[in-house]
Amino acid sequence: MNRRLVQRLGFILLGLVALIVVLPILLVVGAIVVRGIGAINWEFLSSMPRAGMKEGGILPAIVGTLMLTLGTALAAVPIGVGGAIYLAEYARDTALTRAIRLAILNLAGVPSIVYGLFGLGIFVLFLRFGTSVLAGSLTLAIMTLPVIISTAEEALRSVPADFRTVSASLGGTRWQAIRAIVLPQALPGIITGIILGLLRAAGETAPILFTAAAFFLPRIPRSPFEQTMALPYHLYVISTQVPGMPARVQYGTALVLLALVLSLNVVASLIRRRFRRKRQW
Amino acid sequence: MRPRAGSMAAGALRPGEFLIETLIRVLGFSTVGFVLLIFLFLAREGIPAFFEVPASNLFGQRWYPTYGMFGTLPLLLGSILVTVFAVLIALPLGVATAVFVREVAPRWAREVLKPLIEVLAGIPSVVLGFFGMTLLAPFVREVLGAPTGLTAFTGALLLAYMSLPTMISVADDALDAVPRSYRDASLAMGATHWQTIWRVVVPAARSGVLTAVMLGMGRAIGETMAVMMVTGNAARLPRGLDALFRPVRTMTATIAAEMGEVARGSAHFHALFAIGIVLFVLTFLINLAAARSIFARRRRGGLR
Repeated sequence: MNRRLVQRLGFILLGLVALIVVLPILLVVGAIVVRGIGAINWEFLSSMPRAGMKEGGILPAIVGTLMLTLGTALAAVPIGVGGAIYLAEYARDTALTRAIRLAILNLAGVPSIVYGLFGLGIFVLFLRFGTSVLAGSLTLAIMTLPVIISTAEEALRSVPADFRTVSASLGGTRWQAIRAIVLPQALPGIITGIILGLLRAAGETAPILFTAAAFFLPRIPRSPFEQTMALPYHLYVISTQVPGMPARVQYGTALVLLALVLSLNVVASLIRRRFRRKRQW
Repeated sequence: MRPRAGSMAAGALRPGEFLIETLIRVLGFSTVGFVLLIFLFLAREGIPAFFEVPASNLFGQRWYPTYGMFGTLPLLLGSILVTVFAVLIALPLGVATAVFVREVAPRWAREVLKPLIEVLAGIPSVVLGFFGMTLLAPFVREVLGAPTGLTAFTGALLLAYMSLPTMISVADDALDAVPRSYRDASLAMGATHWQTIWRVVVPAARSGVLTAVMLGMGRAIGETMAVMMVTGNAARLPRGLDALFRPVRTMTATIAAEMGEVARGSAHFHALFAIGIVLFVLTFLINLAAARSIFARRRRGGLR
């Protein structure tokens, strides 16, 4: 049976290719964990950088990234969830709806550096926010919108139409049905989408390069109009712009960023999994 | 069409609800507004470049902004070189992995592979760039015996991996959409599982695979940080295939590296925005083409 042999060899080959795809992922995560873990201690996480960033900690970068992510959430969640409610519950198949879908597709594909240019043009220069947490957050928020809208819309659509019909039969208005029934049912899916969008924002460098990030600023920003250090940009700076940087600090920073992003990833998939199991329809 | 609950109880619409529903409508349309704003502000800062810099200079072969030379050709070709090779590397890997996960792998292997690929999708590009600089580039240098590991090839390799999660998930969906009856018919005629995969299932999913390539390409051409950190950033015109093993400079890396130091309102500033316009239009066309092939597949009645 020659073709059986071909099949067997073919399957082995496919398995090997899958291994080639997966091994580097383990290698990247493994190398960063192994080389970075030695740098992680309370001082590294809780103090200001010293001696040209070669010593001390990365506190302002951590806080900066958390502030940017919070700002992104404040701007992107209401717009994104509202937009998703419109698309899932109100929009009919008109030219306008198709234009909205085309716009979301376009936003999802715009390169992150182009968001950076846009943010520089509109928020930093035109609206005169300057290089600031505010300008960076708004830039990241627009970049995050397509992720939040598409996952939230999918979550809303997965709520059965019967639920809405029953609400209407009891005399509820459309908005009452959405607020009291559809939104609570879709909430875990929506939250998953929000986390996925935010973790992407937290790890992005290009959009904040000219809108928010400071090269070296060893203090916590006191208002949204100040610029800030941020983890991804800090990693870029210490690995390309500062000669003689100890590898320990570089890998430690990479590890903190990776841990932040991957732990959010795990939270999102846990919520999704729990939700799927509990769902009774 | 879902039942329109609101129309049944239209009389009961409260004033507060009218406000909320109007707000939701506005939020729904906002994405269109954002796309227009992006284009408007790119154009506002980028269009002046076409007046300040003569076309022969702008489309020339030298990018030396300090000497007033704004030839974007090396940057455009640099982006294309890196992207094309990234897709060439990622396509076989992506399709084979999707086929393995969907058609061949035992359940346990699937449960391991899928989350790992999700992890890859979640790793920030600057972290991958850092990995590329510190571990991949020295490896490439040793293997190739090149003077530097920071080459177009290193960038293409890294970009290929970065576009794999997108490619695998889209190709996986496409394979999933091939009806069970296709497989059953092929197996019933005596074909092996292997023959069924490559002669029936994958050809039936080809438009989806094309979509996967398009989306992977869109992701690769717009990628900034990782590419900037591993390609060596030399704005030289790539000539011939050996350019793959030399440093290059992409459009994205040029904007990222130079915008911070440029005087606002100068010709250089406007030229960088003009490159942004090119990137915006290019990725839009690529994504539009990808979306069209998705719609085309839905319209064809046979599948699903």
